[in-house]
Amino acid sequence: MANQVKEVSIGDVVNRSVEFEEDLKGEIMNINVGPSHPSTHGVLRLKVELDGEAVVKVEPVVGYLHRGDEKIAENMTYNQFIPYTDRLDYIAPLANNVAYVLAVEKLAGLEVPPRCQAIRLICCELARISSHLLGVGVYGMDTGALTVFMYTFTEREKLYTLFEQLTGARFTTSYTRIGGLARDLPEGWLGNVLNFLNQFEPVVEEIDKLLTRNRIFYDRTVGVGAISKEEAISYGITGPNLRASGVAYDLRKSNPYCGYEQYDFDVPVGSKGDCYDRWLVRMEEIRQSVRIVRQAINQIPDGPWYAEEAKKIYAPPKSKVLSSMEELIQNFMLVTEGPQMPAGEVYFEAENPKGSLGFYIVSKGGGVPYRLKIRAPSFCNLSILPQLLKGCMVADIPVVLGSIDFVLGECDR
Amino acid sequence: MQDEFLKGLLESFEYLEERPSKDWPSVKCLSTRLLEFLKQMRDERGFDMLSDLTAVDWQEETPRFTVVYHLYSTQKHNYLRVASDCSDEEPPSIPSVTSLWEGADWHEREAYDMFGIIFTGHPDLKRILMWEGYPYHPLRKDFPLAGKEVELPAADVAEATGEKVRPAPMAGGPFHAPQGGRMSASEPRGSDESWNEKLEKPTGE
Repeated sequence: MANQVKEVSIGDVVNRSVEFEEDLKGEIMNINVGPSHPSTHGVLRLKVELDGEAVVKVEPVVGYLHRGDEKIAENMTYNQFIPYTDRLDYIAPLANNVAYVLAVEKLAGLEVPPRCQAIRLICCELARISSHLLGVGVYGMDTGALTVFMYTFTEREKLYTLFEQLTGARFTTSYTRIGGLARDLPEGWLGNVLNFLNQFEPVVEEIDKLLTRNRIFYDRTVGVGAISKEEAISYGITGPNLRASGVAYDLRKSNPYCGYEQYDFDVPVGSKGDCYDRWLVRMEEIRQSVRIVRQAINQIPDGPWYAEEAKKIYAPPKSKVLSSMEELIQNFMLVTEGPQMPAGEVYFEAENPKGSLGFYIVSKGGGVPYRLKIRAPSFCNLSILPQLLKGCMVADIPVVLGSIDFVLGECDR
Repeated sequence: MQDEFLKGLLESFEYLEERPSKDWPSVKCLSTRLLEFLKQMRDERGFDMLSDLTAVDWQEETPRFTVVYHLYSTQKHNYLRVASDCSDEEPPSIPSVTSLWEGADWHEREAYDMFGIIFTGHPDLKRILMWEGYPYHPLRKDFPLAGKEVELPAADVAEATGEKVRPAPMAGGPFHAPQGGRMSASEPRGSDESWNEKLEKPTGE
């Protein structure tokens, strides 16, 4: 067949014979990307079918990090589960802590004092900055721009220092409690955050200058991996990825929690939903988060930082536990039986850095949930991969993966 | 406003039942009319996003499994919870909603994996979090927290190493006091006692 000469003019593609089309089709090659591969950001495995450079079919395989978090939750009290939420989206553990306790507080019908809300909000937004810094940093690496990663990780390191001052841990923060927080803000911490923000803002602009108008980055991302509005909604994609597709969906605006309605911020929305738009949306969200944190610090309320009246839910301060009988009993009951919840069902979603993190809790009363389902944004965001990568080039795979910014700890639970 | 919405729904669809809920409007739908109802919700009431799909195992009750859908409207920003009981047989089954939302694909695979619910009409119903060939459905209430001993998924590796998978012992799992009864009568203990210092780890059968 190789000796046969065929004349085909460019533009004649539609009319080419079936026989010739068969010639063009190479042998399908199966390659296996991951589960341990730098561009898969964790343990995602892709079974890829290639025709030359073109991707014919992709099948993501997840579950390598499955730890049975939902089963574990059914076997422990509400407070005991908080450390497990650190390990969902481990890039932004503070945001998970807050989302989980908000869901349980919704079940209890409990509202925390304004100071507690403001502290939680600052936590959420710092977690968003931290997550997006990792997101844009490794996204840059995936497209071949190594330098951005160095910039963002220097800044993340400073954020980790702030988290350590606040919670005692850099990574697994477990800072929130049902009905409050583990402790109040340490002295001078807000000042440290302000100092960080002051030197951070110029760095964001530097990162922006490095890539946003970079010709190579442009060529690799514009028009690649575009998700349409309808597709994104049908797949249940949330967070920056959905906003990049042009849907102004932000739970902080539409279903506010933690007092988000008191602050002034914009929701960036993309137009084409391609990889480049997802970059732009994340960069802008970092700036908006800085704006929110500044406002929150300026008007942080005084007063109690935990729900004092919720005696069956929040453990009293240690000093009182050691000196007063009633508080001692309270503390004992809370530790052994867990915070007491009414029977019922709730579903709560919070706008996390990766998308909407949802908790569906079925309670039959008592201190242990009957069923706790975690709606993980990365799980939903990844489900579009087979559709998104079909027809891409091999070299686009890491770019698309980087632009989606997922975490397998959350996807696999 | 939400009450009115729920009332309107119950009036226009006679096969719906109200469910107790602490937050969003919640209805129970017959599984035979489920697809029709969800399609109407999506096309006419603006609930365009399937936020979450999951199942609950009620243990002794019949029917044992309920599938719960959380719909979200990206226009009106509210949720609707729709629950539907699976057929009361083994394996339980319910119609798939993948024809309405592409995103339901993975959610249904997960519910199948964890509860063993068959979603009829699903294009490729297979395990997603556990591996292909795993024999149990771990989120069922009768599955012990400690897990059950199974063969290593890769038979050739097992043969070469002579090892089975050995999970770390949890000896009854995380500890808390039992609900109800006299506190003085019991030490805090794990709620799942299928594997502790005295009992052997449960085997396959």
